[in-house]
Amino acid sequence: MSTLKTKTFIFQPKLWWLAVPFASVFLAYFVVPLGLTIIVSFWDYTEYSIIPDFIFSNYSYIFEGCFSFEKGLCLTFKTYLSTFFFCFFTWAITLLLGFCVAYFLVFYVNSIPLQITLFLICTIPFWTSNVIRMVAWIPLLGRNGLVNDLLLSMGIVREPVEWLLYSNFSVILALVHLYTLFMIVPIFNSMLRIDKGVIEAAYDAGANQIQVITNVIIPLCKPGIIIGSIFVITVVMGDFLTIGIMGGQQLASVGKIINTEMNYLQLPGAAANSVILLVITILVIIMMTKLIDIRKEL
Amino acid sequence: MHKVGSYGFFIFLSIFTFFVIFLYGPIISIILLSFQGASGGLTFPLNGLSLHWFVELWKGSGLVDIGASFQRSIMLGIFVMVLTVLLSVTAGLAFRKPFFGSDLLFYTAIGSLIVPSIVLSLGIALEFRLIDNLIISLGEQFGIQSIIDNFQTSLGMYTSGFGAQLTWTLPFGLLIMFAIFNRFDKSLEEAARDLGANSFQTFWYVVLPIIAPSIVGIALFGFTLSYDELARSSQVMGATNTLPLDLRGLTTTVTTPIIYALGTITTSVSFLVIGISLTIVYLLRLRKSK
Repeated sequence: MSTLKTKTFIFQPKLWWLAVPFASVFLAYFVVPLGLTIIVSFWDYTEYSIIPDFIFSNYSYIFEGCFSFEKGLCLTFKTYLSTFFFCFFTWAITLLLGFCVAYFLVFYVNSIPLQITLFLICTIPFWTSNVIRMVAWIPLLGRNGLVNDLLLSMGIVREPVEWLLYSNFSVILALVHLYTLFMIVPIFNSMLRIDKGVIEAAYDAGANQIQVITNVIIPLCKPGIIIGSIFVITVVMGDFLTIGIMGGQQLASVGKIINTEMNYLQLPGAAANSVILLVITILVIIMMTKLIDIRKEL
Repeated sequence: MHKVGSYGFFIFLSIFTFFVIFLYGPIISIILLSFQGASGGLTFPLNGLSLHWFVELWKGSGLVDIGASFQRSIMLGIFVMVLTVLLSVTAGLAFRKPFFGSDLLFYTAIGSLIVPSIVLSLGIALEFRLIDNLIISLGEQFGIQSIIDNFQTSLGMYTSGFGAQLTWTLPFGLLIMFAIFNRFDKSLEEAARDLGANSFQTFWYVVLPIIAPSIVGIALFGFTLSYDELARSSQVMGATNTLPLDLRGLTTTVTTPIIYALGTITTSVSFLVIGISLTIVYLLRLRKSK
């Protein structure tokens, strides 16, 4: 009888214990830090130290002059506007590009090994250095870069184009370059699940390719499109590296403000900005997740 | 229906081809430019062919100590890789049955992917700064001389740095585990148990060989994402710098192809790791199909 008991114990181990180390990492390095950020955003500070307190001046400082519109937009609103600008264009371009690439891989590449190979070709750069991928644009976009050489030799322009590098253009280009994969993977995943019979039925019923894409494939890919959009939008919302490096440290973003404040050890100020950024990011995500259940999509 | 050779095929093929060129063109151009002669600049055309800039890089050439940060990044990458594999696989096993708080934990992990990296980096830096304050005040209270004299900060690669990187690598690891277990044939385990295997034996001889290719995938994510991680690491590495941190500093100060040479080397390390991982996955699948 006793051996049977032991056996039952072995057969049904309490597996939840196995998640404890995983959960502890997120407790120590995710939940607690975010909690502390919220707390410290109400603290006071001097040049050398942060002082426990409960004040709102970090927040009121951020929104100083934001609600009297005589002098135009305040710095904070301007910064968010600039951040949303990068978000929107990066999102629109990565979505279009990501959708087309995934569509090609799923519906035109019929051999599975070839499909896997081409998919990996799209994925490999994700595993290399982001900074190098940004630096790599310099020889192409610089004043004497390849693109300018080409434009000059073709007679399209007379002077080298200056706005190719360290501009809004180069920031969006680099963001698209870095993050289109975040669109491709979830859309690819959604497309693979589409029953080919459904598409065949649509064609048999007389739909053309564009109708099939807009009426069948896009609705069925909605979860993938939304997951990809969440990733791209949130990553651009908090970006400070790409906008910093590709913008020549001249352009504004919320992430850069936080980064600068940290470098000057204005930690409660940085914390207050972080809380606001976090709230806006969460609002964006809630709006988008209303539409799907992420866990069903894996 | 989607015929190869049709009108649409060529449109989407050209979009795909354009995308691949867009993806690889820049990196290929800096690899080419890193092999320039001594008079070479930051742009084309190539001025001669040589290893000059690699030699300069090797000598140091007034740069920060790249060799040391390179070594640190590799060590940290391996450390994060091992933890990512261990924690993702154990958590993946736990998640196969719902447990108290499993949904909360899942959404926390996903939330970690989505939260702006700079915010998390700040939070972790704050956490360790408060720990510093605590240590110093304890040291003063109890008169511990070594703390009063020598203590600088608890921020460091293996205290705060690796944790910041794990919040980025572990969610990918968990998602890969979910993907594999959602397609896992449970009857294989039941068969093993019917034959008298205990839980550990079932895992070791049945489950593990089946999920092995995915574990290599998790290891690949763990190493490469740590080795190249910058956004989350930016505030939490303490006194030492990892390679990506140094690289970012160099983008504003260096105006010679030496930065391309560094780019070529660090990209080669990434490609090497990716190549090894994919080969192992391929061999494991080959063995499975036999």
